[in-house]
Amino acid sequence: MKVIRTEGLTKRFGRITAVDGVGLDVREGDVFGFLGANGSGKTTTVRMLLGLVLPTSGTVEVLGEPMPARRASVLPQVGALVEGPAAPPHLSGRRHLALLDAAGPGSRRTGRAGRVDDALEQVGLGGVDRRPVRTYSLGMRQRLGLAAALMRRPRLLVLDEPTNGLDPAGIQEIRRLLLDLNAAGTTVLVSSHLLSEIERTCTRVGVLHAGRLVLQDDLASVCGPTGLLVVDTPDPHLAARLLVGRVEAVDGERLLVRDQDAASVNAALVGAGVPVRSLHAQRRSLEDVVLDATSRQAIA
Amino acid sequence: MIRVELVSLLRSRRTWATIALVDALPVIVAVLLAVTDLGPRPGTGPAFLSAVLTDGTLYPLAALAIVLPLFLPIAVAVFAGEAIAGEAQQGTLRYLLLRPVGRTHLLIAKLVGVMAFVVLTVLVVAATAYLLGIGLLGHQSVTASAPGTASVSGTSLSTPELVARTFAALGYAMLCMLGVASVALFASTLVRSPLAAAMGALALLVGSTLLLTLDAADPLKPYLLTRYWLAFVDLFRDPILWHDLVRGVLLQLGYVVVFLGAAWANFATKDISD
Repeated sequence: MKVIRTEGLTKRFGRITAVDGVGLDVREGDVFGFLGANGSGKTTTVRMLLGLVLPTSGTVEVLGEPMPARRASVLPQVGALVEGPAAPPHLSGRRHLALLDAAGPGSRRTGRAGRVDDALEQVGLGGVDRRPVRTYSLGMRQRLGLAAALMRRPRLLVLDEPTNGLDPAGIQEIRRLLLDLNAAGTTVLVSSHLLSEIERTCTRVGVLHAGRLVLQDDLASVCGPTGLLVVDTPDPHLAARLLVGRVEAVDGERLLVRDQDAASVNAALVGAGVPVRSLHAQRRSLEDVVLDATSRQAIA
Repeated sequence: MIRVELVSLLRSRRTWATIALVDALPVIVAVLLAVTDLGPRPGTGPAFLSAVLTDGTLYPLAALAIVLPLFLPIAVAVFAGEAIAGEAQQGTLRYLLLRPVGRTHLLIAKLVGVMAFVVLTVLVVAATAYLLGIGLLGHQSVTASAPGTASVSGTSLSTPELVARTFAALGYAMLCMLGVASVALFASTLVRSPLAAAMGALALLVGSTLLLTLDAADPLKPYLLTRYWLAFVDLFRDPILWHDLVRGVLLQLGYVVVFLGAAWANFATKDISD
């Protein structure tokens, strides 16, 4: 099932085209990494998915229903963190979540305190006291924003920079939380500048550049092996002679070898008395993929 | 959302501080009058003020006439100006809409909140003024012969009549504030800064008050926001002078319809990008 599907999604602000014919495709169970530089139209796209910004043209479907027409039935199943968390500074985190819950439709008063506690517990704010949000650190605010998104156990999470302001331990904690939620069936769309974070958590990626979707694919296929092996040896000359015809490049003590079979290459080298420090299949990093996709677009 | 808005209003220290400030002016006036026994001469100063030294039960009306031209509308403009723009500035507007609270529903909830503030303020001012009136100010009725209070026209009003007309006057004042609230709410959907929204509504208020003093603005006067605000005095004439009151009600309703309509039209289709 398609969880998010847009066709020809376009937004113009006056003469500026912020989002230009984007066709997003997020499937159930995905952790979808939404990438793009500042000003590439990411946030505007996310806001259009959620019915905050109205598209100039194109269609949006979320959880199988058209947006923003059906936002009353779609949004209760969506949890979102858009451009940073926000809460009234004079309220405690607990009170803010309770009021936000009470403000919307279909919220029962019974069990509300429990739901608030659960959400706070999930994001590691279980021990939070009555202090007002004004006194929270950036990381605590971020966690509170995540708690607000998780309150109603959404089927879809839309998170903009969810690890902003968190320390490395916090980032790891939130990453684990997202993966757990995803394993339990929640589809996640996460936008981030931290490519390493996306690379670790996402199953699919979409790259936005100057308002256009320049890449959308499974992470495994875009960051797959390049068909080259990286051989690290103190004797690159001997190794190059043995593997003649297959060596793509020599860089100091590193060789790039066009071969899929690491085991046989290793056996051949070691058998011939070439000491091998390490040998592994070369993979494209997400950074290479993103830079490649955006620069290709820039030339075209 | 409406319930949340009302709870937030009642629990906010700012609400009560504002009410206390608005209430302070009639209190100060009452104390000054009681201490000095110097009322304004009949026909000068705020309405009813010349009469309260003899009849304290009229003081709620005098208090209303004191706060209605400036104090109360400023407070209303600030509260209503903050309604949408304040949430936007704080960043909570997008999360309310994502909760999801419908946009029309949110506007209604905010308007209800502002009007709850108005009702609360007017009632607190009237109640304090009543207590001060009977406690500090004059006790005897102007017309000693008949029990009851003198109307502005000099004839006597029975107590039930006075009470009914006083509440009608309070209601009229609330309607006037609904006009201000509508203008400020529209401004609040228009700009990002709550201060700017309040200033916008205040500009209209001040402009209207100023133009009313200008003879050259005569053709405009029947349409100015504040033109009939003090017409509630006419409720205490005998017989009641309906002309200005009716015009006042219609004019305020006109402002409410136009500006709430504009607020709705703007907000319902607005891109929320803050």
